[in-house]
Amino acid sequence: MNFKARVWIVGDNINTDLILPNKAFYLTHEEQAQFVFHANRPGWAQQVRKGDILIGGRNFGMGSSRAAARSLKNLGLACLVAESLNGLFLRNCVNFAFPALECPGVHAAFSEGEEAEVDFEAARVRNVSRGSELAGRPLPGPLMALVRAGGVYQLLEREGLIAPRVA
Amino acid sequence: MGMTIAEKILAAKSGRKTVAPGDVVTVDVDTVILFDNNFMPNNWRDILKVADPEKIVVTFDHRVPAPTQQAAAAQVTGRAFVKKFGIRRFHDVGHNQGISHQLVADYGYALPGSVLLCSDSHTCSAGVFNCLARGVGGPDIIYAAIKGQTWFRCGETVRYELSGKLSPAVTAKDAFLQIAGVHGAHATMNVEYGGPGLADLSVNARKTMAAMSAELSAEFATFEADDRLAEWMRARNPAPFQPVKPDPDAQYLAVRAVDLSGLEPLVALPDSVVNNSRPVGEAAGTRIDQAYIGSCANGTQDDIELAASVVKGRRVAPGVRFIVTPASQVVYRDVVASGAVQTLLEAGAMIAPPTCGACGGGHMGVLGPEEVCITSSTRNFKGRMGDPSAQVWMASPATVAASALTGTITDPREFLGN
Ligand code: SF4
Repeated sequence: MNFKARVWIVGDNINTDLILPNKAFYLTHEEQAQFVFHANRPGWAQQVRKGDILIGGRNFGMGSSRAAARSLKNLGLACLVAESLNGLFLRNCVNFAFPALECPGVHAAFSEGEEAEVDFEAARVRNVSRGSELAGRPLPGPLMALVRAGGVYQLLEREGLIAPRVA
Repeated sequence: MGMTIAEKILAAKSGRKTVAPGDVVTVDVDTVILFDNNFMPNNWRDILKVADPEKIVVTFDHRVPAPTQQAAAAQVTGRAFVKKFGIRRFHDVGHNQGISHQLVADYGYALPGSVLLCSDSHTCSAGVFNCLARGVGGPDIIYAAIKGQTWFRCGETVRYELSGKLSPAVTAKDAFLQIAGVHGAHATMNVEYGGPGLADLSVNARKTMAAMSAELSAEFATFEADDRLAEWMRARNPAPFQPVKPDPDAQYLAVRAVDLSGLEPLVALPDSVVNNSRPVGEAAGTRIDQAYIGSCANGTQDDIELAASVVKGRRVAPGVRFIVTPASQVVYRDVVASGAVQTLLEAGAMIAPPTCGACGGGHMGVLGPEEVCITSSTRNFKGRMGDPSAQVWMASPATVAASALTGTITDPREFLGN
């Protein structure tokens, strides 16, 4: 899983209410994605292009268990690289197979709009614009396997343990 | 090398001799709780097989009674799931309903040493019962219901050694706000609470601290067990259990002393729970539109009776909406029986049915633009309880009740003595 794209940058302690606000609770997954950062960065979701990379600060995804990672994925973001990831949020990244990497120093290593190259499995992050490189923390093996399998639902579906999704 | 409580339970449940920080382990799950949000049309996936229906609990709590057609549809799906697999521990709208984390306390669902999962982030509330409980994602819950297992990454443990005794108008919420204010987030870490100060804290008070630990972003928040806890459990669940003590040479990232005697009432300023606490006096005089008591953290009998003792014989300030939500039907019956509900009603409070309601900004107390609320619930993020321009201050039920009386943020010691 390699990604190369422009980056967007957000700060520390981005919470799940900001990513998936209550307002969007009853909407479809695709509609929910349009509400990412609606409260702190209105209009941002509409500027994201497919394949863009998001860079975050410390404890990214703090808060509730809501499927916030799914919204980031459905918004078209290729991956997330943050100083650190909230434990519950990381679970949902794995669950929904959204590549999310912890990489200390990443927040200071980029300015918004610069180009990043991310090798997710090797946990390497390069600032293409500056030519600098950082080492992240690779996802533990069993979790990487779940991401490769397409997440929990795809796995359970293949094993015949949940019904296929209708619509 | 010695292990902390969390490490010992992780080891026992994963069939390993030892578990240390950094390990990712697969563990057997004793209890899986599903609630109405899991069954929402945009979340639910139809389960074809479960590992063991006796390990599953189902409740409806976030949106109860159903305020919308979608919420009602989720409950229809939930009832069908319960029926299909013959799940006996089902808390439908009615006699046994309640917020999942309160039901765990009411019915003794989390035995010491066990592993409990629910896809609500405040599931760490059950850690008060000396078990490993944490909020996970919706897919994790479906996986655990089907396979009877889940994975955990073990973090380092910070231990809080409690001593002393809280003064009358100071509560476990204030003790938590003290810890969150000074030490901030505990992301990737486990929190362990113990020490001689436990002796004077009721199980309900400890539960406030356990539930609030979700705001520390802790992996697990686990209390040591004592006789009071064992008594609580035995009165509610006949199953045998073995409390888990930390090893004498357990390795902690830090051990921090908290003297409960020295604490005063605190508030958390709007938008963040951590690193945001101030003495209530610094916020005194802030005008409020709504005062809320409830949630899995502060909707217990203790909380509601404390609020009643503050407002007894007084009236809520004009222009203030004072909303009180018992956390379960069990609690509701107890506070009706004790007279607290009557006292609150006479003061002008509105009593809502057991539901997450206003805490999650779902219904029954949602905030409008620019409104100001003081809440004893769990979270004060921007937009959490309604409009993003609303301000949410957080404090103890005593402080919330005192503020409801004056219409401004108020030190409860004015009404309760010191
Ligand atoms: S009361 Fe609030 S924090 Fe507790 S389970 Fe409900 S929504 Fe979550």
